Amino acid sequence: MDFNLTEDRQMLADTLNRFLTEQYPVEHRNKVAYDAPYHDPSKWDALVELGTLFALAPEEAGGMGGAGFDIAVVFEALGRQITPEPVLGALMASRLLAAAGADQEALLSGASKYAVAFTELDAAYELDQIAAQATAKGDAYALSGRKSTVYGGQVADVFLVAAKLNGKLAVFQVNAADANVTGYGMMDGAGAAELLLDDTPATLLIEDGAAAMEDAINAGIVALCAEAVGAMDVTHAITVDYLKQRKQFGITIGKFQVLQHRAVDMLTEIEQSRSIVIKAAAELGGPDASRYASMAKNLIGRSARLIAEEAIQMHGGIAMTWEYPVSHYGKRLVMLDAQLGDTDYHLSRVMAGNAAA
Amino acid sequence: MDLSYSAEDIAFRDEVRAYLADNLPKHISDAVREGGEMGKAMIEEWHAILNRKGWLATIWPKEFGGPGWTPVQRHIFEEECCRAYSPRILPFGISMLGPVLQKFGTKEQQDHYLPRILDGTDWWCQGYSEPGAGSDLASLKTRAVREGDEWVINGQKTWTTLGQHADWIFCLCRTDPDAKQQQGISFILVDMKTPGIEVRPIKLIEGGHEVNEVFFTDVRVPYGNLVGEENKGWTIAKYLLTHERTGIAGVGFSMQALEEVKALARKTLRNGKPLIEDPLFAARIAQVEIDLEAMKITNLRMLFKAQSQGAPGPETSILKIKGTVIHQELKDLARRALGPAAAPFPGHVTDGNLMFGPAATAHNAARYFNNRKTSIFGGSNEIQRNILTKTMLEL
Ligand SMILES: Cc1cc2nc3c(=O)[nH]c(=O)nc-3n(C[C@H](O)[C@H](O)[C@H](O)COP(=O)(O)OP(=O)(O)OC[C@H]3O[C@@H](n4cnc5c(N)ncnc54)[C@H](O)[C@@H]3O)c2cc1C
Repeated sequence: MDFNLTEDRQMLADTLNRFLTEQYPVEHRNKVAYDAPYHDPSKWDALVELGTLFALAPEEAGGMGGAGFDIAVVFEALGRQITPEPVLGALMASRLLAAAGADQEALLSGASKYAVAFTELDAAYELDQIAAQATAKGDAYALSGRKSTVYGGQVADVFLVAAKLNGKLAVFQVNAADANVTGYGMMDGAGAAELLLDDTPATLLIEDGAAAMEDAINAGIVALCAEAVGAMDVTHAITVDYLKQRKQFGITIGKFQVLQHRAVDMLTEIEQSRSIVIKAAAELGGPDASRYASMAKNLIGRSARLIAEEAIQMHGGIAMTWEYPVSHYGKRLVMLDAQLGDTDYHLSRVMAGNAAA
Repeated sequence: MDLSYSAEDIAFRDEVRAYLADNLPKHISDAVREGGEMGKAMIEEWHAILNRKGWLATIWPKEFGGPGWTPVQRHIFEEECCRAYSPRILPFGISMLGPVLQKFGTKEQQDHYLPRILDGTDWWCQGYSEPGAGSDLASLKTRAVREGDEWVINGQKTWTTLGQHADWIFCLCRTDPDAKQQQGISFILVDMKTPGIEVRPIKLIEGGHEVNEVFFTDVRVPYGNLVGEENKGWTIAKYLLTHERTGIAGVGFSMQALEEVKALARKTLRNGKPLIEDPLFAARIAQVEIDLEAMKITNLRMLFKAQSQGAPGPETSILKIKGTVIHQELKDLARRALGPAAAPFPGHVTDGNLMFGPAATAHNAARYFNNRKTSIFGGSNEIQRNILTKTMLEL
């Protein structure tokens, strides 16, 4: 047993953390995260150059990583600076392209930005509720339907879209130029898009796509959960630091035992979160990947909300301000619950698994 | 034990309900429903409508232009206002300064300021908190020095809610730096147009502008703007806090929020069925509904006690703690119900068919984050627990 990162992963973590702390301080992050295009194109290029995307794909697919722990390392670093770069879409698209055996040079080199469009207004998390339809047109296909809150869709060149083909879930590739894309910013920074498909030309990527989509989602969950751990660590550190600085009633508020204990409870939940991410990362790609991804997303859904709310409460008014970083960490931590299945959705999956076993 | 309203109370409720149905403008209730920020104009419009009826200053005695209602009637009024989606009545002039002037002000101050609060001439804001004085309000440093028949004020207030619209601010200032903390504070009224005042906006977590910093540099106001005795401002501050507590449980707002959550959960589909049929989500709703049902009674019990004893007791802290937690939980459920559709920044996706359901859903995440404030201001929930520890448990 060994809970240390391999040397390569540690180096990647150090490189990314150094780059992001220097180049992506939270003030800069807030400037780019809330204004179109809701990320920083030059920092995206720099992140790509540092090998961020290559770390997300296995060697067979042209990358240099692709394991759960590679993904976790990258996203924990991104989470520490609540980076609004569209890396999640790249990761999930890379999983889908790998499953299709398709070339992903354009993705890994950063030349094309990919976004994954599964979600619909009436299919927030459930793949079996997807209603978008594909029809064959000679050799090509056409898609119709609406894809909603497509993360990173505001800057995507290529969308990988889930749609029904002959009653089965298939994955298609759609060029942004061919689709009706409305980009917007989000409550917690970064951008997304609504994708209106109306007989939109598409290329078939995976005809029977459910398993590949599930794998992409599991990888995405490991990523989001690791991102949350990074963001929780920083939020907790800022909070504890504030408890040591802020004085009321003539003493630092960190001397109030009620706040001490709650800061300890936060720590406990963060350690639990770290552990479940390790477990989900270890299982990624294996037969039980979905079960552990669901466990992770449920636990993180609970702990991230707790950390966000407690950090704000224990700061008092200051953490309610836009200017103070904790407000932005708090928003990210809460809002990531609504990506790739929320606390309840994943709890019910774990429950269903138990009932079936 | 009888939980029913008296016949008079029911008649009163029906009267209020009918009045609101006829007089609350639709553009105003729609704005409340949609959950965005209330603009100055709409708040003033609604205040003016209520004032014409004599229902604006519900806690003022009749002699000062209040309706002379019992606490239970006030409660019914608040509940009906929430039910009809009318805007919150701004507390600063009506429920904070008004009662203070009625108790501590001179006849001249009462005659001058009270009518102007009612008719909307003066918009008031509250200048209590400072960067270094939040929970520990008595450590405030803003200094007022008497020079002849003037006060000269220097210092800074912060978190001043809607100070950007205010004509006047009531301030706690240190007037005797040598006295023990609580004993050297005075309550002074300041015209916001006085030279030396600068208001700077504070942007809140969800992006809204509702609070400000207010800086005072050699601000000169007449000595007569002092309310009550010099150096006795703390007594006034404490008196005001007891009034800040009426409606503190926010039961009406929580009932409104519960209805909204249910409506959202009926409209939202999860697994192809209305979310309200999802056992986990339905359990979340039911859980908080149970808490709210109990809170309604807890609130009424304390209201009755206040009515018979003349003043609310320290146990109202229970209302503040549990009332805010219930309301925050409901706001959390609204955001949760929407899932990814709660993500867009309000206003970014609103045109035509790109709306995520009704316009009323656009602000749910923003309201959830903004409402984290309720357990922080007006005496944080930690401070409320300290109060209960001391007063009820005597620990
Ligand atoms: C949106 C908003 C609007 C506001 N509007 C106004 C306004 O109009 N006018 C005005 O004057 N003020 C206003 N306030 C200020 C508000 O009253 C203060 O934020 C509040 O008193 C808390 O003070 P603080 O923010 O300085 O936090 P602190 O007092 O610094 O508290 C930080 C943390 O320590 C905890 N704490 C402090 N002391 C103790 C203790 N003894 N034991 C245990 N825990 C403790 C607190 O509960 C909190 O969790 C507003 C605040 C907000 C957020």
